[in-house]
Amino acid sequence: MYNTELSVEVAGPRKMITFSRGGEELFAISETVVTGWLIIIVLFIVIKFLTKDLKVKPESKRQVLAEWFVEFFTNLVKENMGESMAGFAPYIATIFTFALTGSLMSVIGFRSMTVDINCTGTWALLTFILITYYKIKANGALGYFKSFAQPVAIITPINILSEVATPTAMALRMFGNISSGMIISSIIYAALTLLSNLLYNAAGLSFALFDYFKVFQVGIPAVLSVYFDFFSGTIQSYVFIMLTMAYVGDAAKTE
Amino acid sequence: MQGMTTEQVMLIAKAIVLAGQGIGAGLALIAGIGPGIGEGYAVGKAIETIGRQPEARSAATSTMFIGCAVAESTGIYGLLVGIILLFVNPFLKFLTV
Repeated sequence: MYNTELSVEVAGPRKMITFSRGGEELFAISETVVTGWLIIIVLFIVIKFLTKDLKVKPESKRQVLAEWFVEFFTNLVKENMGESMAGFAPYIATIFTFALTGSLMSVIGFRSMTVDINCTGTWALLTFILITYYKIKANGALGYFKSFAQPVAIITPINILSEVATPTAMALRMFGNISSGMIISSIIYAALTLLSNLLYNAAGLSFALFDYFKVFQVGIPAVLSVYFDFFSGTIQSYVFIMLTMAYVGDAAKTE
Repeated sequence: MQGMTTEQVMLIAKAIVLAGQGIGAGLALIAGIGPGIGEGYAVGKAIETIGRQPEARSAATSTMFIGCAVAESTGIYGLLVGIILLFVNPFLKFLTV
């Protein structure tokens, strides 16, 4: 007989390694950190490979690919932030590649990095620091604090709130999109397991293979994965960098 | 509550909390109405633009997707509240004897 109870465990980041002393949990390394470092190592190797012995005139396909990648992000940044901010291209490209690969980790069986609010929160915090830095650089520290009392002093609390809302909204948008997809996928996987178990029980089948192989899980989750993993992940990563460029580009303008 | 053991009272209290969480999650997802209308409007306008100026297709499409993703955030907040209420059960820990 196979288990026919529905159980879904989705809340909170999944802990991979837990350090404890005397039964008390000190700290844990979550799956986000592990997959994050995995992505960093893999991307580093890929980029090292792509940029090996570069020629002035591209001869190899991989150099053409690398040049296309660099050009794409340089043009994107120039279009959205202006010529003077072209130095932002590496940062934007890094965030995009990291967010995209982090979201697509769910395709190969890990949990996406972006289902952990700590991850998206960190990126949003980076954007917030950049926004504040460029605002202070453009208007001076005094001008920055004065800008909160614009146009009238009475709306200062609302201005502060909107300043804080920017990174919060960015973090929650990406987190909410990817994690809702993850939760729906988990529920569907659990439901399909249940359905397969019911079928096995009704047919009286019992093989060792059937502990792992659930017949209804073939094919059906893949259709949902196209939307929840590929479409959602790509669009949200793109939106994240577009918003970063818009906010930082806006902050760098003098008022 | 007369003639009931503490366990029975706690069970009833837990049931009330869980029912409240279920109702709250359902109410939180009403937030989906706003983004639905907003995104539909944005997509309609984008299609109008493409119909009038077919050469602006790529620019209109990418801008529309970004606008949709931004408009979606309020719905996502509602969804997050609903998910937290359903899967994390945050109010059960306040139940003490």
